[in-house]
Amino acid sequence: MRFMMMVMPEGYESAAPDAVPSAEVVAKMMEYNKSLQQAGVLLALDGLLPPSTGARISFSDGKASVSDGPFAEAKEVIGGYWIIQVHSREEAIEWARRAPMANNEIIEVRQIHEISDFPEDVQKAAEGFEELTNSAAAKA
Amino acid sequence: MTDIHRTIEAVWKIESTRLIAGIARVTRDIGIAEELAQDALVTALERWPEEGIPENPAAWLMTAAKRRALDSLRRGHMLVQKHEEITRELETQQQRLGEAMNQALDQVIDDDVLRLIFTACHPVLTVEGRIALTLRLICGLTTAEIARAFLVPEKTLGQRIFRAKKTLAEAHVPFETPRGVELRKRVESVLSVVYLIFNEGYTATTGGEWMRAALCDEALRLGRMFVQLLPDEPEVYGLLALMELQASRTAARRGRNGEAVLLRDQDRSLWNFAQIERGMAALSHAQKLGGGAGKYTLQAAIAACHTRVRTAEETDWERIVLLYDALMQISPSPIVALNRAVAVGIAQGPAAGLDALDAMDRLGTDSGLAGYHLLPCVRGDLLMKMGRFTEAREEIQRAITMTQNLREQELLTERLKQIEKAALSA
Repeated sequence: MRFMMMVMPEGYESAAPDAVPSAEVVAKMMEYNKSLQQAGVLLALDGLLPPSTGARISFSDGKASVSDGPFAEAKEVIGGYWIIQVHSREEAIEWARRAPMANNEIIEVRQIHEISDFPEDVQKAAEGFEELTNSAAAKA
Repeated sequence: MTDIHRTIEAVWKIESTRLIAGIARVTRDIGIAEELAQDALVTALERWPEEGIPENPAAWLMTAAKRRALDSLRRGHMLVQKHEEITRELETQQQRLGEAMNQALDQVIDDDVLRLIFTACHPVLTVEGRIALTLRLICGLTTAEIARAFLVPEKTLGQRIFRAKKTLAEAHVPFETPRGVELRKRVESVLSVVYLIFNEGYTATTGGEWMRAALCDEALRLGRMFVQLLPDEPEVYGLLALMELQASRTAARRGRNGEAVLLRDQDRSLWNFAQIERGMAALSHAQKLGGGAGKYTLQAAIAACHTRVRTAEETDWERIVLLYDALMQISPSPIVALNRAVAVGIAQGPAAGLDALDAMDRLGTDSGLAGYHLLPCVRGDLLMKMGRFTEAREEIQRAITMTQNLREQELLTERLKQIEKAALSA
């Protein structure tokens, strides 16, 4: 089963647009990334720019409205993610526990839906889903 | 199983390989190393439910294993007598063992893991033994899990592992990474074990066989591990590419009723394209390392011919024939020859395909295929395309009598009907 581990760095909700982690933090993180890779569990990983460079599109009454970041009301925001393939939820949690995080930082672990787990009618509606992930990957 | 036990099991799955590898560096015997690691696990199962999961579970387990090793030494169970550096004097022995274990505890190096893999896949073992040891020591599966995956009783599997460990000990197989010419051969042995594990899972047919299907994931994980450990070996990437590309089609390989769906009829929107991307990346890496002519890389290149096009019609069959030609050069087998004949039949027409099949007969390469229903099946297909319906019918009827698989029989009966229809309209 696949899991996404989402990192919520401390203070990232108000980080400056050009904020980058220190070389020291990155070096530690690379060591951790390497351990995931060496164990053969790592499928993908990425880091995200701060929310101050992003935007939120919210929907109401059939209308979409856009607000630029940072988002005053947001407390914990995602700074990056890993996708791992493991045997169980517990194993995903154990991997998350090993991440080199600072005080007050959070990792949220969530299982990824496999289309094959859906009932037949939902699978039918999701036809072509894998192809979507392809075009996404091809652009990257 | 309670939450804490599931957590301990997860810790074990993550840590056991490096733990066993580190201990084996000291004991030089992976059977003893695994026993000590298992003892440490038992201690953890006793203590962690009360004390909680330690900050550094790996170090905790290694320390527990060290205590067990010292204990057994003290009690005169010469568990570690194989360590060449250990002298006869007990006190010195204890001191040395303690130091060596502390060192192993400090740092399990990748070389240890690599040695563990090469030892588990040692040619002195039966192929079944290699597979069982690899799943147990490198994947951290339990005997029960492996038994379920291979549809054998747990007791049988336990004996298989026991015998494998005994064979390694009796043959004094050194705990080391082979070098030079030997390395190539031993890498091949490791890769074949991984591919066997993959295929065992890939051929699982029903959803109920989830533990068998899970073997594909285990093999893929092993493949991803090995490219990290052996980054200069093109075939290691070639095998990873082959497995990723094959596994990418898993969802499309079976119809609603579990029947096999041929490649050309598969719903390509069900293919896992993220996995195809990973497979393609591994394939190009293998080729960059100069592995273009290796047997796994060639098979991956053939698989890539299918996955890189959007419809079956766009498939570059000429290229596939060339790749099969190359594969026949380095790794000839009846199956490869048969697949090549199918490709020739599509690329150059059914008559050429039939010639390729006849050439197989002449060379006697079909000996391994005697009784293999796909041989008359392919011949029947080619004959049908050539309009030789009577002969085609005979071949397909022969194929039906040669398979025990009900679904295959259904598919072939369907083919017979197609022949009748084609014969009528001809």
